[in-house]
Amino acid sequence: MKRDRRLRYGIAFTVLAILLIILLTVNIKYGSVDMTVKDIMEVFAGKGDITVSRIIMDIRLPRVMAALVLGGALSVSGYLLQTFFGNPIAGPFVLGISSGAKLTVSVAMIVFLGQGMAVSSATLIISAFVGAMLSMGFILLVSGRVKKMSMLVICGVMIGYICSAITDFIVTFADDSNIVNLHNWSMGSFSGISWENVKTMSIVIFITLACTFMMSKPISAYQLGETYAKNMGVNIKRFRILLILLSSILSAVVTAFAGPISFVGIAVPHLIKRMFKTAKPIIIIPACFLGGAAFCMFCDLIARTVFAPTEMSISSITAIFGAPVVIKMMVNRQEDKNA
Amino acid sequence: MRDKYMYTDRLAVGYGNKILIDDIDINVEKGQIIALIGPNGAGKSTILKTIIGQLDSKDGTVYLAGKKMSEMSGHEVSVKMSVMMTDRLKTELMTCRDVVNTGRYPYTGRLGILSAADHEKVDEAIELVGGEDIADRDFMEISDGQRQRIMLAKAICQEPEIIVLDEPTSFLDIRHKLELISILKKMVKERNIAVIMSLHEIDLAQKVADKIVCVKGDRIDRSGEPDEIFTSDYIEKLYDIRKGSYNELFGGIELERAGGMAEVFVISGNGTGIPYYRKCQREGIPFATGIIHENDVDCQVAEALAVEVIKEKAFNHITDESFERAVEIMNKCKSVKCTLDVFGDINVENKKLYEIAKSTGKKIL
Repeated sequence: MKRDRRLRYGIAFTVLAILLIILLTVNIKYGSVDMTVKDIMEVFAGKGDITVSRIIMDIRLPRVMAALVLGGALSVSGYLLQTFFGNPIAGPFVLGISSGAKLTVSVAMIVFLGQGMAVSSATLIISAFVGAMLSMGFILLVSGRVKKMSMLVICGVMIGYICSAITDFIVTFADDSNIVNLHNWSMGSFSGISWENVKTMSIVIFITLACTFMMSKPISAYQLGETYAKNMGVNIKRFRILLILLSSILSAVVTAFAGPISFVGIAVPHLIKRMFKTAKPIIIIPACFLGGAAFCMFCDLIARTVFAPTEMSISSITAIFGAPVVIKMMVNRQEDKNA
Repeated sequence: MRDKYMYTDRLAVGYGNKILIDDIDINVEKGQIIALIGPNGAGKSTILKTIIGQLDSKDGTVYLAGKKMSEMSGHEVSVKMSVMMTDRLKTELMTCRDVVNTGRYPYTGRLGILSAADHEKVDEAIELVGGEDIADRDFMEISDGQRQRIMLAKAICQEPEIIVLDEPTSFLDIRHKLELISILKKMVKERNIAVIMSLHEIDLAQKVADKIVCVKGDRIDRSGEPDEIFTSDYIEKLYDIRKGSYNELFGGIELERAGGMAEVFVISGNGTGIPYYRKCQREGIPFATGIIHENDVDCQVAEALAVEVIKEKAFNHITDESFERAVEIMNKCKSVKCTLDVFGDINVENKKLYEIAKSTGKKIL
């Protein structure tokens, strides 16, 4: 049994890694101009055509790296929220956390751009974090009063709508020149990401992920419920605060750079758990990261190639692939309950 | 006197601002089993939840191994105390072994990876509760009783010095109830641990516990050794038993008797009458019975179920007086049942009674 499991983990991780490499290549290869593998090799070797090199190094590579890092972060953030609320339909998007971050980021952008200042990556992240924490605080307030998860999700969706409405309102009054950017971003997109962005987001996300991974033990204790976690020596209060902080940081960073992205946080952890046949954090945290990365790279590929040169918002694509997974999951759960 | 391993000092428990029970002084020694008994909603679980720190105490202190528990770190408590509560666990993709594994967490490193020695302890605990055949099944797919056993294995492999259990036997069938109790007994004896648990089954509590704490609504009503607690009067008072009765010698309960005029006269003794008494009780037929000696096992049940019992003093021959009363009562009954097939020297009157019944044309059942 133990050996069976190890084998399964090994195979699953290998599959995810291969998938990631394939998607990485394909994402660099296809776009408004298709490249050959030879072109790519040449660029990486420092040779090749200057235009090709520009497209790959300045546009496609940072974009695919962003999809990788942010997609992974988003799905880990979802996994943490699901653990926190003890429910698989919790996620940064449905709980309104992404929308909260979106609101504060738009405000920050308009204020800064309006005064003719550039918006740095750090500013984006901090403002997104403030928004995420505001939504999170509200959700926690509600969750103290309503115990039913479905009600909590409805509240989250409502918060999402309110934040989006205010964002739209603000965007309407923004300068024309900003609207285009803001509009693209607020729909969710990996476009226009610079190397500086990639660097900053990677630093923040990988530090957060390392902290999260170090919390594998209390997370797995917490999966048995508060009583038993406490009995195993977990400081529940501190643990809950940490969990909230980590998941909020992750989803805030994602929103800061790519806008709100739906369903990744719910669908990916679910698929990954089924794939690995376990919910153990020590396995699932890294697996969720890889899975989320692959999922977002795949969705971004579709978003920018299917109707090229017109780009679709990333959220539309993640919804098309993610929502059915979530529906299937909820139907299964209901059937389990009725059985 | 042995050391108090865990004790409470004027502990007050409750929810929110409401104090449910105060002035609780419970102490558990190593090698001892303490059982909390009392009616539903009396506060047994609340006390246990406060002891394990799931609920905040409203006043007073819980001491564990000589220290204030509130000042101990989570880890310090976790290697001394393990718990098994009634909350239903909802696990996701966890096998029973995974659940038991969590019991070893206080002993693992930062990432919670179990060593070979840890796995051995887990196997041992699973074997102890007889869970080998379900070890690799999903925890959500087994029965409540099996889950209880797995949770016990988890509590055991945590290698505690005290185990706190909230109604550990509630979902178990009779065999596993006995097994769980014997496992606890064995652990207490071999590993010299302390056990504190709440029990609904007073018969089990009487047999397993070294000390009984009776919880009733707003107070600890009484505590002491089982023989001080388990008297018919006290148990009936503690649980406010109105229909039926508690038998202190059997440690069991009897349902309410069928009231009214006796319809059947049961001639019995030597334990032969009990099945028939129960049958009458089930069918709601009021009956009288006699002549039974006070030391006859039939007498214990007859007292609880019969409308009238004609008794004779222990070890004595049956007196004429008792015999005449028996005849008188039998004559008022419509039918007669004799559960005896042998009569001896001291109950030869029962044989006579039976002959009278036959000769007077009573309906013989």
